Amino acid sequence: MTTYHTLAAENLTLGYGDRVVVTSLDLAVPPGAITVVVGANACGKSTLLRSLSRLLAPREGRVVLDGKEVHRTPAKKLARTLGLLPQSPVAPEGITVLDLVSRGRHPHQGVFSRWTAADDAAVAAALEATRTTDLADRAVDELSGGQRQRVWIAMALAQQTDLLLLDEPTTFLDASHQIEVLDLLTDLNRDRGTTIVMVLHDLNLAARYADHLIALAGRRLHASGTPAEVLTEENVRTVFGLDSRVIEDPVSGRPLVLPIGRHHVRTAPAAT
Amino acid sequence: MTLTRTAAATCPDAALVRRPARVRVLWLLVAVLAVAALMVASVALGSRDVAWADVWAALGGADRSLEEAAVTKRIPRTLLAVVTGAALGVSGAVMQGVTRNPLADPGILGVNMGASLAVIVAVAYFGLVSPTGYIWVAMGGAAAAAVFVYSIGSLGRGGATPLKLALAGTATAAAFASLVSAVVLPRNDIAGGFRLWQIGGVGGASYERIGQVLPFLAAGFAVCLLCARALNSLALGDELAAGLGERVAVVRATAALGAVVLCGASTAVTGPIGFVGLVVPHACRLLAGVDHRWLLPFSALGGAALLVAADVVGRVAARPEDLEVGIVTALIGAPFFIHIVRRQKVRDL
Amino acid sequence: MNAPAAARPDVVQAVARGRRRRASRRLLIVLTLAALVAAGFAVTLMAGRTFYPPEDVVRVILGERVPGATFTVGRLRLPRAVLAVAAGFSFGLAGVTFQTMLRNPLASPDIIGISSGASAAAAVAIVSFSLGGPEVSVFAIVSALAVAMLIYALAFRDGVAGTRLILIGIGISAMLESLTAYVLSRAAEWDLQEAMRWLTGSLNGTTWQQVLPVLGALAVLAPVLLSRARDLSAMQLGDDTAAALGVRVERSRVAVIVAAVGLIAFATAAAGPIAFVAFLSGPIAARLLGPGGSLLVPAGLVGALLVLAADFAGQFAFGTRFPVGVITGVLGAPYLVYLIVRTHRAGGSI
Repeated sequence: MTTYHTLAAENLTLGYGDRVVVTSLDLAVPPGAITVVVGANACGKSTLLRSLSRLLAPREGRVVLDGKEVHRTPAKKLARTLGLLPQSPVAPEGITVLDLVSRGRHPHQGVFSRWTAADDAAVAAALEATRTTDLADRAVDELSGGQRQRVWIAMALAQQTDLLLLDEPTTFLDASHQIEVLDLLTDLNRDRGTTIVMVLHDLNLAARYADHLIALAGRRLHASGTPAEVLTEENVRTVFGLDSRVIEDPVSGRPLVLPIGRHHVRTAPAAT
Repeated sequence: MTLTRTAAATCPDAALVRRPARVRVLWLLVAVLAVAALMVASVALGSRDVAWADVWAALGGADRSLEEAAVTKRIPRTLLAVVTGAALGVSGAVMQGVTRNPLADPGILGVNMGASLAVIVAVAYFGLVSPTGYIWVAMGGAAAAAVFVYSIGSLGRGGATPLKLALAGTATAAAFASLVSAVVLPRNDIAGGFRLWQIGGVGGASYERIGQVLPFLAAGFAVCLLCARALNSLALGDELAAGLGERVAVVRATAALGAVVLCGASTAVTGPIGFVGLVVPHACRLLAGVDHRWLLPFSALGGAALLVAADVVGRVAARPEDLEVGIVTALIGAPFFIHIVRRQKVRDL
Repeated sequence: MNAPAAARPDVVQAVARGRRRRASRRLLIVLTLAALVAAGFAVTLMAGRTFYPPEDVVRVILGERVPGATFTVGRLRLPRAVLAVAAGFSFGLAGVTFQTMLRNPLASPDIIGISSGASAAAAVAIVSFSLGGPEVSVFAIVSALAVAMLIYALAFRDGVAGTRLILIGIGISAMLESLTAYVLSRAAEWDLQEAMRWLTGSLNGTTWQQVLPVLGALAVLAPVLLSRARDLSAMQLGDDTAAALGVRVERSRVAVIVAAVGLIAFATAAAGPIAFVAFLSGPIAARLLGPGGSLLVPAGLVGALLVLAADFAGQFAFGTRFPVGVITGVLGAPYLVYLIVRTHRAGGSI
């Protein structure tokens, strides 16, 4: 039922002022999958996401959605296909969940449009999918971190886009809420075929939830592929400057990165 | 070392250079000389041209010719500028330290307006005439305004950020200005005189007035200098400062009191003069670093220099009239303020 | 298109019902405000040193000659009342626009320098050049727009951050106020009184000549703002989120700023910088309507009401006649106190 869109970056160079953040990046986002972008701090992950969603114009190269350059597409039209949840969204004081989620219908409404049944249905569906229906009349600032994040995702869902980009959706959440949000995103991907691209800072969560993993280092794309392909000890060292052992996660079967620091390292010969 | 590095959060450039005490002493001497030179210039220059001979004679006490009389009038004016300039410089530096706000200044934070309002209410409704009375009332008004603005600025998420303090200060100043208008409008008798005072100038200087305000300023200086070390700790943030053994609330209140005394007292005599407290500490940080034990004395000298210079410019540039000091500092200070804002990373604001 | 995993019909119903309920509540409040403005308008036409009954007022409006009333109501009170409503609406509308766009209730155009631009120009025009009526308006408008552009240009660095804009506005405002004070200090006595009145905002001696430009500006610029109401709501969520929802943020911001500044400039040129109307209207409207909906029209109505009431009070409630700006200005301080008290009690945020 979902249209699959191809989102790609070609020879992308991005920067702010005189600072170049990303150089000559080529990237193809696999449609209908969950792609996670990882990398050290300030290596360009957020910048990349912002460029993919038209917030930042590229210095060189282009971002292409279904063959059309994203920066030449009218903003509202793009917003009906591609949604973005930025890192620290701001909720006006006192706004209710229902109001906030309803704002997600903005790309579908012109200056003079009235609310239609389709709008109501979209909002309701978004509330249901994120299991925030019971919270509809509560004020957003009263909610817990996990609940608030679900509400923001509901707003992005109300946009009814086929692609959803999220910039560090789990960074300020505690462990149980992180899993809650990531499971929700997986549901969306599995049930509706939404293509998801997100930046995560936790390598192991990225390994577990990603279908496709992209690692940025030294202002370039360092590695991309399945988590097993990308998360090798060598790559982890290059991208994060971290020594590690990568084993198989007994819970999910995905790679599990175990950092090796200067303390608490067993010196007894380990079984190889 | 750590203190210097982390306190640099408020001013990116200044702190990363180690400043041996020798260099700072040298700069201090330069500053003192600069102030002295400016004082001489202030006495020698003005709307009426005078010769050096007249200057010497007048300094010696002679008062015969017009030129000597002009010089004689300039002396108290210069002294007042030095003293109030120093007060405003230190006051601004302390306010910036207490609020951790690079944009703090008695004018912007509405403190000057509070002093004005208090004085005008006292004059209009209580018939206040004694100059010492003015000083007390002005200080009271300044203190009340400071508390008021800080409370408003602290509301909401994030506490008292520089932006919210600046806004709260401006809104409060506007409200107080309206109150002042409300008081002054029906009173034709005081309207004219008040208008002149409102601009902020050292024109009405006399040895008598300087003598009256000096004890208050001295007290203010003393309090501020005593807090200098504590202000260094405060720059790290309340929790870290407490961890270093400072009693944060006490230090804050004391330093703020010192700042308020300084700007309240000087406002009572000169009228509200803005931007000195903003510009001078920033400039001095480049020379003196962020250690308040050096910054405060430098700010005093810097403030004195700025105000004397502004007065000279005002008298020379607008001959034969006088352009008040308050105007000149605003015309210099506002672009500087804007420059600071543009340079700062938005996150820091 | 993504097929909505169909929501349960009762949830859809609940959503629709909730929305309708809120919408009708908002409509009720807006209508009430409009009725109050109309009532206020009527009262200021009828009441005063002499009371004119409604029939006389209506006849004057319709153009008939009624002895006594035609002059007082037709030439004195009517233009004054119309200006009160038009200017108040403009200030309220522009004020709430700035506050919404800059995401801070304290960031109102009379605080960040726009009004200072207009009044500095007016002071210079009146005191230094001895200009009158329409020329002062032109001066004021040009200045306000120039100041706004200057602030915007100075604040621009890879796009405009609201914080920087506000602070630069404060800096410029300080400079302009200082200039104004200087100009005033050089004024001869009689000029001083008039200039002072002008600079705090006054509706005394309003003529139709002054009113018409304000009405014109409202007719042209208000629709510009109202058509962007949804974009403004989106921009409340942060620039990135708004852009993600399809708002052309820079473009919208410029359009909205120009329209708001234009409204302020025209209103200030006619009535002076009536203090705090722009500042107070938005928050009062927000208190009445609650969060979530567009505050543009309600804030405009609140502004109109404030100016009508303040002008009436200024004329008749005290011994001396105070210009409207002093009354509204004096309201500012207690409002700020109220903010402190209310917030501390509720434990909420501004």
